[in-house]
Amino acid sequence: MLLRHTTADVMERSALTINPAKTCQPIGALYAALGVHNCLPHSHGSQGCCAYHRSTLTRHYKEPVMAGSSSFTEGSAVFGGQANLLQAITNMFAMYNPDIIAVHTTCLSETIGDDIVQIISKAREEGKVPPGKHVIHANTPSYIGSHVTGFSNMVKGIVTYLAETTGRKRNQVNIIPGWVEPSDMRELRRLARAMGVNPNIFPDTSDVMDAPQTGTHEFYPRGGAPIEEIRHAGDSRSTLALGPTASEAAALALEEKCQVRSEVLELPIGLLATDRFINALRHRSGIRVPGFITDERGRLVDIIADMHQYFYRKRVALFGDPDQLVSLTEFLVTLDMRPVYIVTGTPGKRFETRIREALGDAVPEAQIRQGAQADMFLLHQMIKKEGVDLLIGNTYGKYIARDEDIPFVRFGFPIIDRVGHSYFPTVAYMGGMRLAEKILSVIMDRQDRNAPEESFELTM
Amino acid sequence: MKILEERKPQVYRKGAEPFQLDCNKQSVAGSVSQRACVFCGSRVVLYPIADALHIVHGPLGCASYTWDIRGALSSGPQLHRLSFSTDLREMDVIQGGEKKLAKALCQLIDLHHPKAAFVYSTCIVGVIGDDVESVCRQVSAVKGIPVLPVHSEGFKGTKRDGYRAACEALLQLVGTGSTEGISPVSVNILGDFNLAGEVWIIRDYFEKMGVEVVATITGDGRIDDIRRAQGAALNLVQCSGSMTHLAKQLQEKNGIPFKRVSYFGIEDMAQALYDTATFFADKSPGIVGRTAALASGELATIMPQIALYRRKLEGRKAAVYVGGAFKAFSLVRALRQLGMDTVMVGSQTGLREDYDELRELCDEGTIIVDDSNPLELSSFLQEKRVDLFIGGVKERPIAYKLGVGFCDHNHERKEPLAGFRGMLNFAREVYNTVASPVWKLTPRGAQRERS
Repeated sequence: MLLRHTTADVMERSALTINPAKTCQPIGALYAALGVHNCLPHSHGSQGCCAYHRSTLTRHYKEPVMAGSSSFTEGSAVFGGQANLLQAITNMFAMYNPDIIAVHTTCLSETIGDDIVQIISKAREEGKVPPGKHVIHANTPSYIGSHVTGFSNMVKGIVTYLAETTGRKRNQVNIIPGWVEPSDMRELRRLARAMGVNPNIFPDTSDVMDAPQTGTHEFYPRGGAPIEEIRHAGDSRSTLALGPTASEAAALALEEKCQVRSEVLELPIGLLATDRFINALRHRSGIRVPGFITDERGRLVDIIADMHQYFYRKRVALFGDPDQLVSLTEFLVTLDMRPVYIVTGTPGKRFETRIREALGDAVPEAQIRQGAQADMFLLHQMIKKEGVDLLIGNTYGKYIARDEDIPFVRFGFPIIDRVGHSYFPTVAYMGGMRLAEKILSVIMDRQDRNAPEESFELTM
Repeated sequence: MKILEERKPQVYRKGAEPFQLDCNKQSVAGSVSQRACVFCGSRVVLYPIADALHIVHGPLGCASYTWDIRGALSSGPQLHRLSFSTDLREMDVIQGGEKKLAKALCQLIDLHHPKAAFVYSTCIVGVIGDDVESVCRQVSAVKGIPVLPVHSEGFKGTKRDGYRAACEALLQLVGTGSTEGISPVSVNILGDFNLAGEVWIIRDYFEKMGVEVVATITGDGRIDDIRRAQGAALNLVQCSGSMTHLAKQLQEKNGIPFKRVSYFGIEDMAQALYDTATFFADKSPGIVGRTAALASGELATIMPQIALYRRKLEGRKAAVYVGGAFKAFSLVRALRQLGMDTVMVGSQTGLREDYDELRELCDEGTIIVDDSNPLELSSFLQEKRVDLFIGGVKERPIAYKLGVGFCDHNHERKEPLAGFRGMLNFAREVYNTVASPVWKLTPRGAQRERS
């Protein structure tokens, strides 16, 4: 009983977070920057930040993760980090030859007040940025937001720095995929093309964070959105931003800068959210939905029909990031399950409203918690008060799952105790099938494990 | 491959004269270094103390990234595995976090009744000027347990400085407990973190020799043991980078001598036991004999199997990149025991004298490197055509991308690699990864198959 100290009664604790359901902004900014081709992310702070982010991303993706650090010293903390960042920019272009450096800040550099815009322009003036190369940035102090807002800020930075308007529209649609897996981004591209849309996807971590084994270590793997294409985002016909928390800021920035009309959708996880995504694509291309996509949808509905007898009225607790949670909640309702506890550490507006919309009138008793003290300790307390049949969330859910003996599906970031998850999409119809299968498997495995001999059944 | 001008003094190839290797200096800004920070150093060292409260004072990130990441096992309490943070927000940065820290500490101490509390300062605590010491003093007075500040602001040096800050916090504890009943034949085990249960193996050896283990610092550590650690007759220091400071202080203040040891590899493990036995030979008649019996018994069990692995691994090449240089010595020797050549070896935080010793130990042509980065590492692995890479979490995928076997000798080891039994595990793990059929499926392996 690792969590034996968890009490069922919820106590006031405004000063304390126990077992967080979030992490800090810079790691999100780093992940977003990996979705740009030939980009070297850079952490403007102490060395540890960068080491932790790289380790955590490596534990989740099982891929090498490259990023530089300003390697702050006591001197930088007193005199500011300008000298470090200038030297870092020089060194990184000399040593690693990226096309673009994406700087994100940390709590340290923000507290001492480094002005990154000014430092970048100084680097340009001093000729430290070779011709044709780029340095962009996002402000991501760790004491604001969470890893998701850090992601969002960097995507916005990418657009703000790089997108341009030439006045000549291109026949393409920007898709800002949100914080999803490389496999998800690949799946979104496949579907967009199938729907007759020419997608311009950024950031895109496919072929970066799931690069094939080639026998060489590519410092910059093949994937990532090319800078040239991000620049053309300003000439796209429209933007589809998936997941408001992660993607809306960039879509609005692009609208403002380049007048590209945008539409924000929930992440296409689950049947209904995917329907809306496909529909949005259909509106843009004007083509009929191809038969094979209708068939994928049909197979998902078929699977749900086959499974519904096992799902109905099951109580589910879920935790993680807002965009994922909203769509997952809706999908669970589609499966006739009851998401009763929904917890995210990420602050931000409209979360509760969005979840209520996703729930419809299905689960009036659902409890939604968000922000600083909405952590795994609180979730555990809620579960102790009244139990659930299923827990869905990242790796850190395993403690609760074990102590309370609840079937557990790993979903979200980070998953650091399993291998392979990032290779299979959870978006769209195929992703929905995978999620449904995972959910049913853990429920049935549990039933098998607990069944007394006489009711241990071959067919279930 | 291009090595940055500033980096050249930190790379050496054995054979080139004179021997000069720059080390123990700040990383070049912009380098994709494999290093971490002061906080990381303190956190990994103190983390295994299982009945203490560990609270990270700062924004949430530092607490979340160090939540239960080190497989430092405890035979009892599991409190160290939870993640506690004051989760400082924007207003706290402006108004200061002292009140929040005091409140969080009191609440946690009431909830968990720990034996002591460690409060880790992160970067911005050092900048916003919270008086963590005074908060700790006040809470300690109210709650009646030691509440120890750990000065681990990330930017105040390297990981080594974090080790030192951890030792300083430990020094506040040592000497506050009674030494009554401690045997004159007794040791403290310093610098083993009980990854995969390693300290249990070592402890068992010493007990069989008739040596009392007073405190394990910090693997499977307990506050009350640490408080009476000054009662031990000898300190055995592994992972010297992290624990030498503590050992030296105890020597100065309490007159306890210390010995540097390593429990990795047959030679070093046996040496550690024999050194200890020799030290106590006068006080404990028969100890040398008992130790010899213990070692030969253990060796008789493992050597036949190790010989089998050696036959298969003979002549294969290995690269080693680890946190502390002292571990690298043991690994070079252990690999030699398996018939393997170490063709590249490096560390994040080695000191001049460590690298001198490494140079003595290594063969001609071996690359010795300080504070390396992925680009250098992968070029060395390719140049030397290695079959095995030993490192930590960030190094593993680099090896796999190149089609090279990998062994984690860091936080993520899953089987004990220390002790005699650990050497067998090590041999098995090395063989399994080097000989894995998957490497035949990679382009490099396929090429090798053809030629």
